Amino acid sequence: MSEIANINLSIIILLLPLLGFFIVLFFGKKIEKLYLVEVGIITLAFVLSLVVGFSKLGTYLHQDLLYSFTWIDFGNVPTIGNLHIDLGIKIDNLTVIMLFVVNLISMLVHIYSMAYMKGDSRYSRYFAYLGIFTFSMLGIVLTDNILMMYIFWELVGLSSYLLIGFWYEKKSAADAGKKAFLTNRVGDLGMFIGILILFTNYHSFSFDYIYSQMSAGILPFGSEAWLTAAGILVFMGAVGKSAQFPLHVWLPDAMEGPTPVSALIHAATMVAAGVYLVARIFVMLTADAMLVIAIVGAVTSLFAATIALTQNDIKKVLAYSTVSQLGYMVMSLGVGAYTFAFFHLVTHAFFKACLFLGSGSVIHSMHHEQDIRQMGGLRKKMPITYYTFLIATLAISGVPLTSGFLSKDGILAGTLAFGELTGHWLIPIMGFAVAFLTAFYMFRLVILTFHGTPRDQHKYDHAHESPFVMVLPLIVLSTLSIFFWYTPNPVSPDAGWFASQWVTTPHTVVPASSSFDFMINENNTHAETSEHGVITHSEKYMHAMHWAHYPAMILSLVLAGLGILLAFTMYQWKKISPDKIAESVKGLYNGSLNKWYIDEFYNKTFIGGTLNLGGLLNWFDKWIVDGIVNGSAAFTRVFSKISGYFDSYIVDGLVNGTAFLSGFIGFHFKKLQTGKVQTYIVLVIFSMLILFYFIGPF
Amino acid sequence: MQEEIRNKKLEVGLNHFLTVSVVLFSLGLYGVVTRKNAVMVLMGVELILNSANINFVAFSRFGNFGINGELYALFVIILAAAEAAIALAIVLNIYKRFANVNVDEINNLKE
Repeated sequence: MSEIANINLSIIILLLPLLGFFIVLFFGKKIEKLYLVEVGIITLAFVLSLVVGFSKLGTYLHQDLLYSFTWIDFGNVPTIGNLHIDLGIKIDNLTVIMLFVVNLISMLVHIYSMAYMKGDSRYSRYFAYLGIFTFSMLGIVLTDNILMMYIFWELVGLSSYLLIGFWYEKKSAADAGKKAFLTNRVGDLGMFIGILILFTNYHSFSFDYIYSQMSAGILPFGSEAWLTAAGILVFMGAVGKSAQFPLHVWLPDAMEGPTPVSALIHAATMVAAGVYLVARIFVMLTADAMLVIAIVGAVTSLFAATIALTQNDIKKVLAYSTVSQLGYMVMSLGVGAYTFAFFHLVTHAFFKACLFLGSGSVIHSMHHEQDIRQMGGLRKKMPITYYTFLIATLAISGVPLTSGFLSKDGILAGTLAFGELTGHWLIPIMGFAVAFLTAFYMFRLVILTFHGTPRDQHKYDHAHESPFVMVLPLIVLSTLSIFFWYTPNPVSPDAGWFASQWVTTPHTVVPASSSFDFMINENNTHAETSEHGVITHSEKYMHAMHWAHYPAMILSLVLAGLGILLAFTMYQWKKISPDKIAESVKGLYNGSLNKWYIDEFYNKTFIGGTLNLGGLLNWFDKWIVDGIVNGSAAFTRVFSKISGYFDSYIVDGLVNGTAFLSGFIGFHFKKLQTGKVQTYIVLVIFSMLILFYFIGPF
Repeated sequence: MQEEIRNKKLEVGLNHFLTVSVVLFSLGLYGVVTRKNAVMVLMGVELILNSANINFVAFSRFGNFGINGELYALFVIILAAAEAAIALAIVLNIYKRFANVNVDEINNLKE
């Protein structure tokens, strides 16, 4: 297939969900079954993305397909020169893999939702929202410039808001939507400033152009500190969207939305957009920026894992595990393990979507019971859900033969190599701790939900396996959580096509002085395709990765095994009582159960502060501003009263006085008008005499 | 002195005429001002006009005006006649309306 055909197809893929959105939004209420059109459209988009994917990975493996056009032409701007804003799409390997992942999960979630959302009063609107979400997410994936990315970034934020608050009759759902939107704003502000720094300096939004300028040695404002700042600021967008500490608070609350939405948006695709963004800007990250990113990721990962240990809501556990895994990916990018970060993004998308859809299946059959303390023994009632859930749990715990094992192992090896090369050993330690905790809390979840005896007999009796359209996505996703899709060798991701061919670490464009020495591209002059980039990590890094591979694998296996064993000991065989442990470390237990009081902290500080500031401003408005306004009103009133008195007594007085005076004079003079002709004559004669006297000749 | 006065013929000069005219004017004015009867007032007016005529003629005779004075006097006589006719007609109408010709009482326009 030619390049242009690929480009055209991907534009069609992008626009199809938007078309579906409009059709379902405008006609969905009138024509029932129109949601089937939406499902069909997404399926078509998925098939097309498969076509594009095969074509790109088959024919153009080492070549990016680019298309752009001038959107706005400002002409010749003084002091800048020709300024124009281009929009366009760029299809590289990352893009086609993301196209596949997004469309596949979106399609499965559409199919799943047909049963899950049945009977909802806003059924068709739900599918419309899913359509606009898919459109926005595909936009993020396909774009070649950071401006379009930002636009679609906000669009996914919007659709996330709409879907979290889908059941807006529930106050908690409406609040969760607002919280998600506002928390994301905080991160997006940083991203926006970062974009502005880049645009001010390079007068272009295009990733490729900016990077080519950077590699030519042109830095923002001529300083490496600004480059670091730009990297960290753009990363702030990812902190918001990918729910990294300290902006992670919205994601657990986002579970108020319908469960398929949680699977699609808040586990598999949208939250991974942050990771995707960091992957896109990976080449411009300086050593300092990467360290910040690695620390943020590691802290998030550990932090969320400790919270997930004690949560009792099935979706909350999964939500915190999502936050934790996203932290993993971000940490992985921070330590330079670009390939494995993206690999984990893909594998996590599949097994986490599977987990969420599985939990949706459980919730559906339990009549919207989400508390795992009320469940138990569901294995017999829901075998398909159980086994698919189990496979996904094994994957997220990093058990061999699963996809999660491959990607987690890669990430942990990356952190170990990073520790070895830079001395930041805390990051791998946190990473391994998370591996242990993940295995533990995920198996706690599985055991409490599916094993043992039912704790709520009534609900258990009514539980049943979900309909076919709901278990089909589970089966597909759990199959995708097994290793053979990614590599023929179940213990080494490097042997597979994914990590060694499809996704390769690009060259950094940061000057050598401010980049990690293992990131410096020593083979630059020898590289055949410098545009695209075959991996040219320095020998040192390859060596460190190689050295770290087996220790990381063994250590993570041991830790995961221990976690699983501990979970079984505590919850299946009940050899150790969880309550006693909780009692003995009460402070820690309560901290974890209450999410380390982060929400309370934000309530007290930021929200409370904002409210207090609002109160203060209200007081200021009420007393100072209103005082000024009312004061001026009162002054005007008094002034106008005085003016009124002046008018009615002085001005009117003058007017009336004049009239009165005229009347007075007239009254007296009219007496001269006697009506007697002789009097007049006498007067005339006297007057004549007087006149003669004064002006006569005498 | 006496002789001189006696010898001198009493010449009638301008002053004499003017004196007559003044007397006549004063009488006419008096009549106009004091009489209540409208007809008497008109007669007073005639006297005033005639005193003016005397003046015209006297100035014409003693001044160097040719016969202009006499001509004006003739005009005045004619005018006086016309005026008398109109005025008497008005007086007649007044009498018709008010049943008297007393100028003091005909004051309806006042106030």
